Amino acid sequence: MTTAPVVSSARGTAAVRIENLCRQYQMGETLIRAVDGVSVAIGAGEFVALLGTSGSGKSSVLNLIAGLDRPTSGSVVVQDRDLAKLSREELAKYRLHVVGMVFQSFNLIASMTLAENVELPLRFAEVDRSQRTNLAREALERVGLRARMNHRPSELSGGEQQRAALARALINRPKVLLADEPTGNLDSHTGTEIMDMVRQFNRELGMTVVMVTHERALAERYAQRMIFLADGKLIDDRANASTVLDSREQGGRL
Amino acid sequence: MKIPDLTELALRNLRESLLRNSLTTVGISVGVASLVAMLSLGTGLQELLSRRLAKSGLFDTVFVSSRRDLRGMSREEERKGPTPGESRVLDEPARLEMERLPNVSEAYPDIRFAAELRYEDKPHLTMISALPLSAKSNDAFDGMQGDFFSSETGAEVILQKSFAEELLGKTPPLGAPEPAVTELAKPLLGKELTLRYAQRQAARATQPPLRGNGDTAVGDSVEGAAYSVVSREQRLRIVGIADLDPETMRGPTRAKVFLPLGLAEGLHVIQPTDLREISRGPTDQPVYSSISVRVKNPAQVQAVEETIKKMGFNTFSILDASNSLRQVFRVLYAFLGIFGSLALTVASIGIVNTLVMAILERRREIGIMKAIGASDGDIKKLFFAEAGAMGILGGIVGVVLGWAIGQIINFGTNIWLKSQSLPSEHFWVVPLWLVVFSIIFAFLVSLVSGLYPAARAARLDPVQALRYE
Repeated sequence: MTTAPVVSSARGTAAVRIENLCRQYQMGETLIRAVDGVSVAIGAGEFVALLGTSGSGKSSVLNLIAGLDRPTSGSVVVQDRDLAKLSREELAKYRLHVVGMVFQSFNLIASMTLAENVELPLRFAEVDRSQRTNLAREALERVGLRARMNHRPSELSGGEQQRAALARALINRPKVLLADEPTGNLDSHTGTEIMDMVRQFNRELGMTVVMVTHERALAERYAQRMIFLADGKLIDDRANASTVLDSREQGGRL
Repeated sequence: MKIPDLTELALRNLRESLLRNSLTTVGISVGVASLVAMLSLGTGLQELLSRRLAKSGLFDTVFVSSRRDLRGMSREEERKGPTPGESRVLDEPARLEMERLPNVSEAYPDIRFAAELRYEDKPHLTMISALPLSAKSNDAFDGMQGDFFSSETGAEVILQKSFAEELLGKTPPLGAPEPAVTELAKPLLGKELTLRYAQRQAARATQPPLRGNGDTAVGDSVEGAAYSVVSREQRLRIVGIADLDPETMRGPTRAKVFLPLGLAEGLHVIQPTDLREISRGPTDQPVYSSISVRVKNPAQVQAVEETIKKMGFNTFSILDASNSLRQVFRVLYAFLGIFGSLALTVASIGIVNTLVMAILERRREIGIMKAIGASDGDIKKLFFAEAGAMGILGGIVGVVLGWAIGQIINFGTNIWLKSQSLPSEHFWVVPLWLVVFSIIFAFLVSLVSGLYPAARAARLDPVQALRYE
């Protein structure tokens, strides 16, 4: 079995390091502190769950790590890139090559076939057409959707769509996979299927996984480490004993 | 993103909202069609006019006169040239020299004189001029009744309509409608006229000059040089009645009766220049008051004109007039272009509208693209590509549409012209440059229309866009 790196000793090689992160929105008169002074470091190859109720700020943190949003203050450093210092163009390149994202609502483009959806990031990366087709086929093969590559998302079940979304997230071989409630729209059986796949990528490819969820059971089953957020603040950060035992690895606290 | 990818994605997106994008494209087509229609009308009219002017023989003709005429001495080039007394005589050798110049199709003397014509024993005084056979293609003879001269020397005559009216005593009072030319032709064609004119007869027409060297170079003075002026008559058969006036540009000296050139030369009608040239000594050779030099191509008129000037003659061509005509057409073009562009402007607003709508509809899609790594530039280019594709498609359809409209109007107008028994005209011309220009113009206008939507789409915040359902 491939092993995930030891986290406690991985401070210097953290895949994601967040320091005193704040994100505030102005909503009319009121100032909303979506993320309010969060500091956390996630080691390379770790599988981390961000837990919290809705409005706790967990999705905001994920969007900041994804480079979809910019912090009001504080810093996010992913794979030695300080996101605050990147231009819009560089941030797009970062999203293209360094992180992969999956969403609760799959977010496949309805007018495109699965193969086209999966190869879309390769178009942005200006990969040649022939190579693109091969890579997309391989990626779909890996998630067991080779036979359905010419179908449109609407012709597929939710589980299949999420698998396609996973194939798309991984096509550029990112270092970090960011998942926002990936099983939120799936029944428990297909949810398990997806999560098994994510865990497989985490273990086999050494990919760092940050997953936002409100289901504690899901987090306990798959994540090595659970970070709890409430009202934009970090309230708890602990290793998951069950997965630590399961993988015979030490998921340590920083 | 690479251009083939962009194009593919753009076309796919256009197909997704087929009706709306088709309507927008139709809007562009109509705009381009109106532009094409306007400009092709301008081109057609210009070509029609150029054709007319070329046929009128004014644009390919250099009028040559002698400096000995003492006319227009204030002109710059004439001050520089030889003095009138020393300059060349416009005679047969000079004519032959001009005819042999490159690009010259013919050089013929301008024979023009006032004479009396008797018809049914009534005298009529009028201006007569001689025409070469090549004048047959002159469009002033369009709609002529009867025939053109059968030969260079035939004893034939063509009358201008107003002179025909005079002969028949049918000149309408001012403002009254003109009688139809067919009506005038019926009683006149084939009838005979008697021309009475003053003939110049060289005193020793058959003998060489006194010195006997056969040379009539300038400066030779020969004793006893003389002409007799004799009244002569020539019978002429009326072969044609011209509907239009072939010499409108001639002003007061315009002729209403035309003779074949060879015949007119043979008549040796005394010309005003003969009186002047007699002071130079005797010569049998006729001296011409002016020569018309026809150039093969209007573009070569200027060069031929320069060469003839160097030979020591005065020249005049209507080239300057054609230059100012071109200026007029440039202005007309600009106006037609502006009117034609109005519809295209409206259509370009349609593009903006369509694309802004598309942004609203595809907000989420834009968010997804950004989340998986599309840069602002990628999104911008995608919208540009969509605008550009609509522009090119609209441009192509518009050119075809504009061409079709032109053909229909051309066809309709020619039916009308036919019903008025006028010759048909091709006044709607779509040149290749207009096709290329219109499509490129539509493309550029579309890109400009895409500027705002593209910038707006690129600025979209991905977090909000993804939240949007």
